[in-house]
Amino acid sequence: MSFSWAKPYEPKTALGRWFDERLPLPRLAYGAVGGGYPVPRNLNYFWNFGVLAGVFLTIQIVTGIVLAMHYYATVDGAFNSVNQLIMRDVNAGWLLRYAHMNGASFFFIVTYIHIFRGLFYGSYKAPRELVWMLGLVIYLLMMATAFMGYVLPWGQMSYWGAQVITGFFSAFPLIGEPLRVWLLGGYAPDQAALTRFFSLHYLLPFVIAGVVILHIWALHIPGSSNPTGVDVKDEKDTLPFHPFYTAKDGWFAAAFLLIYCAVTFFAPNYLGHPDNYIPANPLATPAHIVPEWYFWPFYAILRSCTFNLFWIDAKLWGVLAMFGSILLLFFLPWLDKSPVRSGSYRPVFKRFFWILVVDVVILGYVGGAPLVWWRTALGQVASAYYFLHFLVILPIVSALETPLPLPSSISESVLHGEAEEAAPAGQTKRRGGSVATAIAE
Amino acid sequence: MATKAQSAEVSKATGPDGEAPSVGYRRRDFLNVAAVSFAGVGAVAAIAPLLVQMAPSGDVLALATTEVDISKVQAGQGIKTQWRKQPVFIRNLTPKEIAEANAVPLSSLRDPQTLAERTKPGKANWLITLGVCTHLGCVPLGIGEGENRGPYGGYFCPCHGSMYDTAARIRQGPAPKNLFVPDYEFTSPTVVTIGAKGK
Amino acid sequence: MRFILGFIGAVFALAMTCSLFSGLSTYFSSPPTPLASDEFHREPKALHLASDGPFGNFKNQAQLQRGFQVYSEVCSACHSLKLVSFRDLKGIGYNDAEIKKIASDWKVQAPSINPETGEAATRKPLPSDTIPSPFANEVAARAANNNALPPDLSLITKAREGGAAYVYSLLTGFTKQEGYKNEKGEELLKKFPDAKTPPNLHFNPYFANLNIAMPPPLTTNGQVTYADGTPATVDQMAKDVSAFLAWSAEPNLASRNAAGWPVVLFLLIASILGYLAYQNIWHEAKRKVRVTGALDPQNQAKSRSAKAKQGIAG
Repeated sequence: MSFSWAKPYEPKTALGRWFDERLPLPRLAYGAVGGGYPVPRNLNYFWNFGVLAGVFLTIQIVTGIVLAMHYYATVDGAFNSVNQLIMRDVNAGWLLRYAHMNGASFFFIVTYIHIFRGLFYGSYKAPRELVWMLGLVIYLLMMATAFMGYVLPWGQMSYWGAQVITGFFSAFPLIGEPLRVWLLGGYAPDQAALTRFFSLHYLLPFVIAGVVILHIWALHIPGSSNPTGVDVKDEKDTLPFHPFYTAKDGWFAAAFLLIYCAVTFFAPNYLGHPDNYIPANPLATPAHIVPEWYFWPFYAILRSCTFNLFWIDAKLWGVLAMFGSILLLFFLPWLDKSPVRSGSYRPVFKRFFWILVVDVVILGYVGGAPLVWWRTALGQVASAYYFLHFLVILPIVSALETPLPLPSSISESVLHGEAEEAAPAGQTKRRGGSVATAIAE
Repeated sequence: MATKAQSAEVSKATGPDGEAPSVGYRRRDFLNVAAVSFAGVGAVAAIAPLLVQMAPSGDVLALATTEVDISKVQAGQGIKTQWRKQPVFIRNLTPKEIAEANAVPLSSLRDPQTLAERTKPGKANWLITLGVCTHLGCVPLGIGEGENRGPYGGYFCPCHGSMYDTAARIRQGPAPKNLFVPDYEFTSPTVVTIGAKGK
Repeated sequence: MRFILGFIGAVFALAMTCSLFSGLSTYFSSPPTPLASDEFHREPKALHLASDGPFGNFKNQAQLQRGFQVYSEVCSACHSLKLVSFRDLKGIGYNDAEIKKIASDWKVQAPSINPETGEAATRKPLPSDTIPSPFANEVAARAANNNALPPDLSLITKAREGGAAYVYSLLTGFTKQEGYKNEKGEELLKKFPDAKTPPNLHFNPYFANLNIAMPPPLTTNGQVTYADGTPATVDQMAKDVSAFLAWSAEPNLASRNAAGWPVVLFLLIASILGYLAYQNIWHEAKRKVRVTGALDPQNQAKSRSAKAKQGIAG
C-alpha cells in the first residue's frame, strides 16, 4: 500500500501473532479492507457499486452451486429439471431459482452503474488503466457466463438465443462456420452444446472471482479515485476503510438487497421473457427472438447494420460493430487524454456523457423491441453516435476543452461542503486553507 | 472491536461537542452492535434455504411408501420388489418354516430376535425384510424359485457367505445383523404398504 | 493511434449511416403492407384472481377445484399437464383419498411395462405419477389435431404475454369474423378482404395472428356440472380454468408472497439500522476533517509549545 500513514496491522492476541507469523491473511485483509486501507473521505454512493457487484457475484455462485445439485444437463431433462423438479419439488427450489435468475439481472444493473461511474469520473485514467481493463475482462466474462446460463433451462429463448449468438461466428469469412461448429460440437445447439455450456457456466464465475482479485489488487496500488479526481495528498484526505466504508457499504447493500428481494419475491418474471417457459423446439422459431435485457444495447447495434458496405456484408458488419462496441472501451484511457479526471470539472465532457447515457438507454429500448422501421432508424442513429462518441468526439473534446479549476485537495473540497464541491478554490470565505483552523471553528 | 476504538477516538476528538466521552461511547457503540447483529441474524436465516434444499425433494418423498399386492404369493413362495430404490423380500412362510424359526434358542443368535418380533401379530407367516445383506450390502439369494437358500433354509449371500434362517436372522457368516424389517402396514388383507408406520 | 481509432469509428458510423439511408429509402419507396393481425389483434381483457398482486394467494380453493374440473373434463382431451403430479393437487385442497381416486380414475393411463412379457403396457396412475398426456408424443398429437400441436398447459400462464388474463380472454374471445370490428370501428373483412379465416382454423382476435387451430372449447353453459353447484356459464368456466392454470404454473406463489413480506421488512429495518450506524460512525468525519498523528491540532499545539519553550521559532 502506498500511503505512508496507513495504520499497520498489529495483532493484539497471541493467537493473532502466531497466525500472522505463518500465514499473514489477517494482515492482508486488514490492509485491503480493514482499518489499514486509507480511502478518500469524499466518496459518494456511486462508489458503493463495486462492493455490491462482489455481493451479487457471491449470491450467484452460492445459488448456482445449489441449483447445480438438482439440474439435469440433458436436452430431454433440462427443462423439466428446472420447471418441475426445482420449481415444484425441491425444498425452497423456487426461491433459489428465482434468486439466481434475478441475481443475474441485478449483477448487471450494479455493474452498469459501476461502469458509468468510471466513465464519468475518469476512473480509467492513469494510473488506473489496468484496473479499467481488468474490469472490462470481468464484464466480458460476465456476458459469456450469463449467455451460457440462459441456455441451460432449454426453453425457446434459450435454444434460439444460442442459435443466434453462435451464429455470429459464422459471419467471419473462411473460419467462421468451422468455428461455429467447433463451439457447438455439432451443427445446431444440441446435447453437446448444452453439456459444455453447463461445464463452462460453472467454471467461469470462479475465473471472474480470480480476475476480481486482480482488479482490486491493481486498484489498491494507487488507491481509490474520488469524485473530484484530485489525488490524495495527505492523511486528512482519507479515512480508514473500516469502519467508515464498511458501514457505508453495509447499509447501502441492505437497501439494495431490499430492491432485489422485492423483485425476486413479488415480480420474479418481470425482467424475463415468457417464451422461455416454452420447451425448446428446433423446428419453430419464436416470433421475436430477444436476449435478456442486459444484452439489448449490443443487440441493437448488431441489428442496425443492414447495408453491405465495401466488401464486408451486413451480417459481418453487425458482428464487428457489436464486438467493437465493447472492445473500443479498452482504448478509453488513450482516447480521453484530458489531464482532468472527473466529469464534475469538465462541463463539455459532462454534456456528452449524459448524451451517451441517453444513447445507451435508447439502444437498450431498440434492442428489446420488435423491429419496426422507425425503431430501426433510431437504432442506427444511436449506434452511429455510440461509435462517434468514443472514437471521435471524446478525443476531440478532451484535447480542446477548458476544464473548471480543480480544488487543491480532497479535504479542501470536503470542507467547502458537498454542494460547493465544484466551486472554484479562492471564492471561499474561509481565511487560509489550514485544517487546524477549520477544526477550531 | 475496531468500532469501539474508533468511536473512542471520535469522542476524544470532539471535545468541542461538549459530550462526556463515556456516555457517547456506549450509546454510539450500541447502535453499531445492534446494526451488525441484526444483519447477522439475517445472514444466518439466509443460509436456511441453502441447507434445506439438500433434503429429499417432493418427488423423492412421494416414493417414500410403496404399495405391494401380495394376493398371489402362496405359502412357501416369495417375491422381490422395490421400496425407496432398494430390494425388498416378501415371503409367505410355511408352518414348517415358522416352527423352525421358533425352535431356535435366542441365546445362540448373533442378533437375538424372535419371529414374532419380526412380523405383525396374526400374520406370522408374512416375513417382509429388505433384501440387503447387513454385511456389505449385496442382495442375498433365496427369494426366487430354485435359488440357493443356504443351510438354514432362509437366505444365502454369495458375496462373503452370510447365511440367514427362515426368519431372515443371521446365523453364520460375517453379517452382524438380521435382515432389516422396514415399517409396513397391511392396508388390506392382500395389500401391504411398505414405509408406512402401522399401529 | 488515436487517428486509427478515430478512423475506425468513422467507418462504423458510416456503415450505420448507409444502413439508415438504405433502410429509410426502402421504407418510403415500398412501405411494408400492414397486417390484419397488427390492427385487429385485441389486448387481453382484465381478469382479477386471488393470486394477483403481492398479496396473491391460493385460498380460493373452491375456484381452483372447479378449474381443475374444467381441465379434466374438457381440456385434458387434447392438452397435457405434464409437470403437475396428482399429489400436487393437495395444494388446491384435495385430501389423500380424493387424490388417489382422481389418479386411478384418470381417463388416460400411465405408461408401464407388462411384468410378465416385458411389452409396453399401461397401468392406473398413482398419486406420485405426473398427469398422463392424452397423446404419446408430438407426432400422435399433431396427427389427431390437423397438424396442430395443443401445447402443454402446465406453464401456460407464464409462457404467454398477459398470463391468466390472456387465457381467459382467449377462451371467451371466439367470435364470428363476419362484421368483426376493432376498437377503432374498422371492419376486418372490409379493410383486409384477403384475411378470411382459413378452413380448419377459428377466428379469435385475442390470438396473436387472429386465427387459432383450437375450436372453441367452452361452448355451452352447463358443459361441466360443478360439484359445488356454481352455475357453469362459459365465462365462469373460463375464469375458473384460468385460475387453476395460474396455480399450475406457479404452485409456490402463495409461499413466495408470504415469505417476501418478512424478508422485505427485515431488510427495511436492517437498512434503517445500518444507516443510523453509518451516520453514527461518520458523525464527525463528514462535518470536520478529523486527523491524528502529526496533523492532529492537539499534537501540533504540543509541539509548538515545546518548540517555544526551547526558543525555536515554530
